[in-house]
Order: sequence, then structure tokens, then C-alpha cells
Amino acid sequence: MMEWIVQHFLEKYNFWIAMFIIIIGLTATIVKKNFLKKLIGLSIFQTAFFLWVVSLGDVGRDILTSWGLKTQTPPILWMQAAEKGYIYANPLPHVLMLTGIVVSAATTAVALAIVIRIYQKYGTIEEDEIIEKEMEFERRGVL
Amino acid sequence: MLLVEHFPVIIVGLSMFLAYTMLLAGYINRRLPFFMSLAMNFFFLFLSIFVLNHVLTEGPIRYWQGGWRPPWGIEYVVDAMNAYLLIIVISIVILGLIYSKRNVEFEIEERKHVTFYTLIQLMAAGLYGITVTGDLFNMFIWLEIASLTAYALIAVAGGRALRPAYNYVIMGSIGACLYIFGVCWLYSATGTLNFADMRLLLPLVYDNKAVQMGFAMIVVGVMIKAYIFPLHLWQPDVYTYAPSTVSSMMASVHVKVMFYILLRLFYSVFTLDFIRHYIGLDLVICWVAAAAILAGSIWAIKQRNLRRMLAYSSVSQMGYILLGVGLSPLSPWGLVGAVAHILNHAVGKGCLFMCAGAIRQQEGLRDIRDFEGLGKKMPHVCAAFTIAAFSMIGIPFTAGFASKVFLIIASLDASQYPFVAVLLISGLLNLVYFWRVIDRMYFARHRGADDPAEAASDAPATVQEAAPSGPSNSAKSGRPLPLSMIAPILALASLCIILGVIWLTDIPSPLINHILSNLRMEATI
Amino acid sequence: MTPERRENKRDVIIEVTTNLMFPLILLFGLYVMIGTGGTGGGFQGGTILAAGFILYITVFGHEKGREKMPESINALFKSLGLFLYNGAGWICILFSMATAQWLNMPAFWPVSDFVGVPVSRSFLVGYMISVGIGLTVMASFVSQYFDLAWKEEDEMGGGGE
Repeated sequence: MMEWIVQHFLEKYNFWIAMFIIIIGLTATIVKKNFLKKLIGLSIFQTAFFLWVVSLGDVGRDILTSWGLKTQTPPILWMQAAEKGYIYANPLPHVLMLTGIVVSAATTAVALAIVIRIYQKYGTIEEDEIIEKEMEFERRGVL
Repeated sequence: MLLVEHFPVIIVGLSMFLAYTMLLAGYINRRLPFFMSLAMNFFFLFLSIFVLNHVLTEGPIRYWQGGWRPPWGIEYVVDAMNAYLLIIVISIVILGLIYSKRNVEFEIEERKHVTFYTLIQLMAAGLYGITVTGDLFNMFIWLEIASLTAYALIAVAGGRALRPAYNYVIMGSIGACLYIFGVCWLYSATGTLNFADMRLLLPLVYDNKAVQMGFAMIVVGVMIKAYIFPLHLWQPDVYTYAPSTVSSMMASVHVKVMFYILLRLFYSVFTLDFIRHYIGLDLVICWVAAAAILAGSIWAIKQRNLRRMLAYSSVSQMGYILLGVGLSPLSPWGLVGAVAHILNHAVGKGCLFMCAGAIRQQEGLRDIRDFEGLGKKMPHVCAAFTIAAFSMIGIPFTAGFASKVFLIIASLDASQYPFVAVLLISGLLNLVYFWRVIDRMYFARHRGADDPAEAASDAPATVQEAAPSGPSNSAKSGRPLPLSMIAPILALASLCIILGVIWLTDIPSPLINHILSNLRMEATI
Repeated sequence: MTPERRENKRDVIIEVTTNLMFPLILLFGLYVMIGTGGTGGGFQGGTILAAGFILYITVFGHEKGREKMPESINALFKSLGLFLYNGAGWICILFSMATAQWLNMPAFWPVSDFVGVPVSRSFLVGYMISVGIGLTVMASFVSQYFDLAWKEEDEMGGGGE
């Protein structure tokens, strides 16, 4: 029983935490009606995803096997650390997620620009109010 | 290394270089970016024909970026499927650009023109990049470049396009994030990101739950991007309200390239073995595709706005391609049908969306009920619309007929008879909603007898329905269409017929056999 | 819809501090970009540079911010950055078209020998790419901030990449 809990939960605590935050972000994106809140939810989703991937690079030696903690140095080439035999974290997830952060920033910028224009046009950023205003504009033949 | 092996990278790199040069050139002269873009895309078409020739005679091009060997470096792989898709994408981008010159002057304000052409060139760069890359993460980067520029291009129209554009931003970003999430699941199990390397390593870890989860997430992410039913909900609003050039380019090539990602995943990363035996998903894919075909067609019948009808029709056409992919473990003709339909739908739907934009520009009409007597006022456009509609329906000797024939042969070959019925029924449904439009255009009828019947049978008008014909429809240029808009429409319509004849002969056989062998289907036709 | 314009209340402390901090932020951004072997890299340095400009625009307002970064100079920086990091690749393609292989980008020997620096393989090309990325990122973020913060009607959405 204890081994089952340790193997499935405690050794992979980073994935569990990151996945929990991913689900929070995804729920916010889907459920909220306010456009900015959706965008914040998307941002939470993407940030927690970066956390998930970067924690994949966790390859150090176990110091406390029963708790699943590992020790490693950051992936920077440091001659003294290499001589002492320290293990480096896998740098590839870090690098991939740097690019991912750039993409996330660009997506947020484009979405914010569209939200600003929606606010200028409709005066609100709640989805149901916008739909009502669209129907009203259509009835009056404005749009 | 031969010169021709540099061409894919030259096409992609020069596209990005060109986009930002156009941004600067816009300060010198407002008209310069369009001509630069057109000239360079013609040059790329020229290069890509050499690439196709090299791939068919000598074999795939493998290009190691920076000299770093895979699996540690990024590799660009161009085989027959890539080269074929690259030529299609470049050609449709050229035709879209020629069409866009006068259309953009009509629909979009003057000061946004330079950035519009820059964004179109960037979206084209992203699409070329997805087509030629051989690395999973690199594909995510180009996917995001193509998607971000598409979000901005749709929002350029302003007005009613803003809320659908925001919807697309959110859903598309979730889709792309799911794609890269799936890639990271696969990376965590195999440790590599290269297509070929992953193909070698994956069979060892098929039972790993991480790999299956990764596969599921990539499929769902790409389904959101390629609007496969039931994840298509962002698409109809977007295609209805976006600028006409953007709609036609996106419906023709943007979605095809997204579907190509799915093809690469199914054939080159995960072999068909995985789909057939480990998770037994091939029939499920076929039934989802059948649902897409029927649902898209049924929804299209209900629509009154022409472009919304074409958008739902695109949902159903994506079902055709997915059906071909789903039937391919059982019969190689399925993949032939899917690959053929990529080209046929690009040509047909591009022509249809361009016709819709032309009708809006000259006459200011969006609603099908207003198309009385259009056949006399705009003869060329209506003739092209009719030919392209026949291609979508599947009349013999048009392009769409060829892909339907291949799919029917595939279903018979695989002994899955329900799909034959689905294909025939969908042909009939396509006939219903396209004939409505053709009927209105050519055989004008007196208005009074029809209106009560149509008004009673329509669902209560929600915001998603078309704007009623009235003052909002009055934006029109009133002048006859310039040649630069009619020429691409007629070119695409004539391609529908020419391709329809070519597909039925033996000419594309070498290309198809190369595509099948490059995608590792051990069967030839 | 939009609130009526208020006169910007000017505060001496904030203005003087911003005037002092703005060049230091830019310098720090350059350090993060290429200093000490380029620890930060292009995107991070570019973001800090953009943060400096955004601070200036927030404190001093839209018009004075435009004087610091006119629209054409902004576009020039965007394109210049792209020419740098794309151009690094193009130089290598051009040099490798005559030879057998696609040259290893850091191994751009002729230029580094000419410049006279010790033979550190990734010196010139790595920095060129970093600076290029940083310039593009800075120009993109600044232009997006101008677009988002400008309270005028009928403004185009969807700024640079």
C-alpha cells in the first residue's frame, strides 16, 4: 500500500502539482464568460504546462529515495562542478520551454489587442452582453 | 550536397526574410509589398517544382540544420508527400495574392495594407515551414507562426469578425498547447523529438501509458486546429466574417497543412500498426469522419449566408479526408483518396470562397435569397461557382468525383459497406445545398411564392444567422470585377475540371506510389 | 465607453526616477543579452529592453514616448533584428553552397580569424543571433504596447509577432 502511494504519488509529485494547475487554468478558460478572465486562464494553463515540462529535466541522484527528491545542478557548464561529479539537469526541456514562453507571450499580446478592439466596439467584455449587443446592432442594421 | 537540397530551407527562410523586408518597403512605397510578395512566391513555386522533381527521381531530401546530425539536431525532411503539399500551398498562396489585390482595396482600410501583406507572407512562411520540417518541436513553432498570423488576419476585418477571432485565439491556443503537451509526453518516454528517430524508438514503448496519452493529446490538439467534427465550433463564425482573401486561403491551405500534421503523426511517427492493433482506433476514426461528413452537410443545408454555408461544407469535406485516413490500415486506396482530396478540396473550396468574396464586392450580397438573376450580372463568377460546386458534389469528370471514387473503392476494398452509403448520401446532401444557390443564380423565380415557406422553416434568428438583406448589405463597389479577381477564380475552376480528368488517368500514378511508399504503406496501386 | 481624458498629473519624483533609470534598464538589458558569455540570451534581454521603454511610455505618456521610438524606427528595429538572425543563417548557406555540406554555424572561421579574437567557436555568430532576436523582441513589444495603450477609436488589432 505504502509503496503504491510512494510510487504513484510521491515520486511524481511535480507532475501531479503541475497537472492540477493545468486543470485549473483550462477550467478557467472554458467556464468564465469574461474575455480577460479566459485569457488569464489560458496563461495559467500555459505557465503550468511549462512547469510540467521543465520538471521533466529532473535527472539527478536521489538523496532521499523514500521521498523521491533528487539533486542536480542547473544546466550550466561549470568546470569545478563537473570535476566533482555533479549531475546536470537535462537542458533540453528548459530550452524548448524558453521558446514556448515566447510563443505564449505573443499569443497573449494578440489576444489582448483583440480584446481592446472588442471593448472599443461593444463597451463590454462579457460574452453574453456582447452577444446581446451584436443582436441589437444587427436589428438596427449598424454592423 | 546538391543545390536542390538547399531549396526547402531557402523557401522557408527567404519567406520570413521577405516578410520583414516588405514591412520596411512599405515605408518607401505602399504598393511595393504586394509586388515583392507575388514575385518571390513565384520564385518559390519555381524552386518547389525542382524539389518535387528531385524527390521523385532520387529520394527524400534530408537537411541537417547547422550540420548537427539528428537526433540531436533539427532536421528538415522533404519526401514525396511534403513536396506535393508544398507545391499546392505555394500555388494557392499565389492565386490568393493575385485575387487579394483589388479585394483588399475594397474591404480593408488603406493604412492597414502593408501590415496585411506582411501578415499574409508570414502566414505563408509558417505554412511552408510546417510542410518541410522533420522535427516535432520545430513543427510546433511553425504551427504557432501560422496560427498567430491567422488570428491577426481574421481580426483585421473589424466589426463582426472580432468576437469569432477571439474565440479562435482561445480555442486555437488550447489546441496548439495540447499538441506540444502531447509532444512532451512522447519526449518523456523516448527522449527524442525527430520524426524518424521517434519512429524507431516508439515500437519499444507502445504499452507505455505516457505514449498513448501523448498520442491522444496530439490528435485532439490537431483536431481543434483542423476543425474536425466535433471540435470545429470556432470555424463557421470565423470563415463567415473574415476578409474574403483570408477565408479562401485558410479554407484551401491552412487547414490542409494542419491536417498534414495529423498525416505525419499517423504514418511517419506512429505507424499504422499502433493505430490498428494497439488501440484499435481505425474504425472509430472512420465513424467520426462519417459523422463529420453528414453533420457538416446537414448544417450547411440550413444556412442562408453563403459563406457560412461554405464553412459548414468545409467541415464535411474534412470528414472526407479523415475517412480516407481511417480506411487506410485496411486499404491503400483510402490514403490515395485522402491525398487526392487535399488537392481537390483546396482548388474547389478556394474557388467557392473567392466567388463569395467577388459577389460581395460587386453586388454587395451575402444572403442566398438575394441571388436572383446573378447569372446574368456576373456570368464568369457564377460559371466558376457552378463548376466548383459540381466538383464538391462529385459530378463525373470533376476533381471531387475522383476523390469520391477513390474513397468508395477504399470502402469496398476494406469491406466497410456503410461508408459507401455515407459517401453517396453526402453527395446528395451537397447537391441539395449547392443546387439552391445555383438555382437562384440562374433560374430566377418570382419572389413571393417562396418567402413564406422559407421564413417559416428557418430556425429563430440567433446572432449566428446572416444579417438580413437591407442597409447592412449595401456596401458594394458597383463596378464590374477587375481582371485580377476574375483570373484566379477562372483558373481554379478550370483546374477543377483539368484535375478531374487527370486523376482518372494514369498520370499521377508515380507520384501516388511514391507518396505511399514514403509514408510507409507497404502496398502500391 | 472610454473614460474622458484627464490631464496627466505630473509628479517630480516619478519623472526624475524614470529619467535616471531608463538608460540603466537598457544597459542591464544589454548585459542580460550578451554580457559574460550571453547568460540570458536574446529573448530575455529583449524583454528587459522593452520593459525600459514601456516604463518610459507609462510615465511620460503616449506622445513623448513616440518621440523616443517613432513608428518607422520601430519597424526598422523589427526588420533589422530579423535580418541579423536570419542573415546569420543565410551567410552560412551561401558559404556552404559551394562546398559539400551545410556549414556548422559556430564554425564560421574566416570572420573570427579576421576580427582577431581568440578562437572561440561561437563568438560572432552566436552573438549576432542573440542581438538580432533581442532587437526584434524589443521592437515588437514596444509597438504592441503603443497599440494597446492608445485610446483612439479605430485602431488596428494584432500587432507584431
